[in-house]
Amino acid sequence: MNKKIGFFAFAVVFVFFFLSAVYLHPFGEPSETDMDDYFIDNGQNETGANNVVTSIVFDYRGYDTLGEATVLFTAVAGVAVAFRRLKK
Amino acid sequence: MRGMSKIVRTITNILYSFIIIFGFYIIMHGHLTPGGGFQGGAVVASAFALLVVSYGALKIKDMLKAKNFSVSECSGLLAFIGLGFLGIGTVFFYNFLAGKGGLFGNVIYGINPGDLNTAGVLPLMNIAVGIEVLSGLTLIILYMFNANNPKEEK
Amino acid sequence: MIYNFPFIAAVILIGLGVYACMFKRNLIKIVIGISLIESGVNLFLITLGYRKGVAPIYTNAPSGASMVLPTPQALTLTSIVIGVATTALMLSFVMTIYKHYKTLDARKARRLKG
Repeated sequence: MNKKIGFFAFAVVFVFFFLSAVYLHPFGEPSETDMDDYFIDNGQNETGANNVVTSIVFDYRGYDTLGEATVLFTAVAGVAVAFRRLKK
Repeated sequence: MRGMSKIVRTITNILYSFIIIFGFYIIMHGHLTPGGGFQGGAVVASAFALLVVSYGALKIKDMLKAKNFSVSECSGLLAFIGLGFLGIGTVFFYNFLAGKGGLFGNVIYGINPGDLNTAGVLPLMNIAVGIEVLSGLTLIILYMFNANNPKEEK
Repeated sequence: MIYNFPFIAAVILIGLGVYACMFKRNLIKIVIGISLIESGVNLFLITLGYRKGVAPIYTNAPSGASMVLPTPQALTLTSIVIGVATTALMLSFVMTIYKHYKTLDARKARRLKG
């Protein structure tokens, strides 16, 4: 009985995802592109980097990268804690 | 864990230096070509993983010390945050070196073959993040390998 | 509908991951399911920002070509590294659980042991 309810919920969620993917905007035509067009046009003047993705990662959205580096540091610290040697 | 056969160790001796140099090339050219600190750090960490897998955790313990990688990971993260704080005169994470003509200060507009001396503070941040990622992933691999042999942990 | 096939592929990946998380007992399989959900979300972000063009890099770019959207690629770049870190953390916890309980079944590894 419990498993049947689980299957039903999974089927409902999957059908919802599938229909939303089918009725999304057509592939290859993003709807809102103003911000990205600004980055492509002005990113080279403002940061001097040829690679627009790098200028977004480290300059326009530097806070995102800072949080990401902190998450990586915390994950390494967690692995070190999980495998630490216990005192006999 | 014991090491692998002599064939694997010979190929590793030939290949790992080239893999490390390719990873640092990806880190250094992050503002010109596809790549950057994260991807180059992952490539260098894969070279260290190849060393650990082929030689085994016993022989590699003298070569790759976990304490050194821990120190370099912390220094990479601190260098990244410090580079963010150096632009605090305007805002946090301000690109204070771009367009000034000094270190990494050139500015080229339009389509160009690529000049390494551009992009201000971005290459320095790439190097800092690359050092952090390569030491972090290598630390994870070393800890997971050392966890498998409880007798050798001393 | 057939033009939306990349979105449908991402949804199928996410559905497989959710299925593995809901109906599997093995902890390694649950970790694999979470990694599948991550891959599906990354694929969805990348396909959401695609338009006909070249990569957003000015080094030796063909003149006059439009470029794909750079922001989803930057966010996916950070998402991949976070995914690697969290997968390593989950696998290390699974190894600790296996050492403690001598089993990988999520149902049997719930007793409070000293």
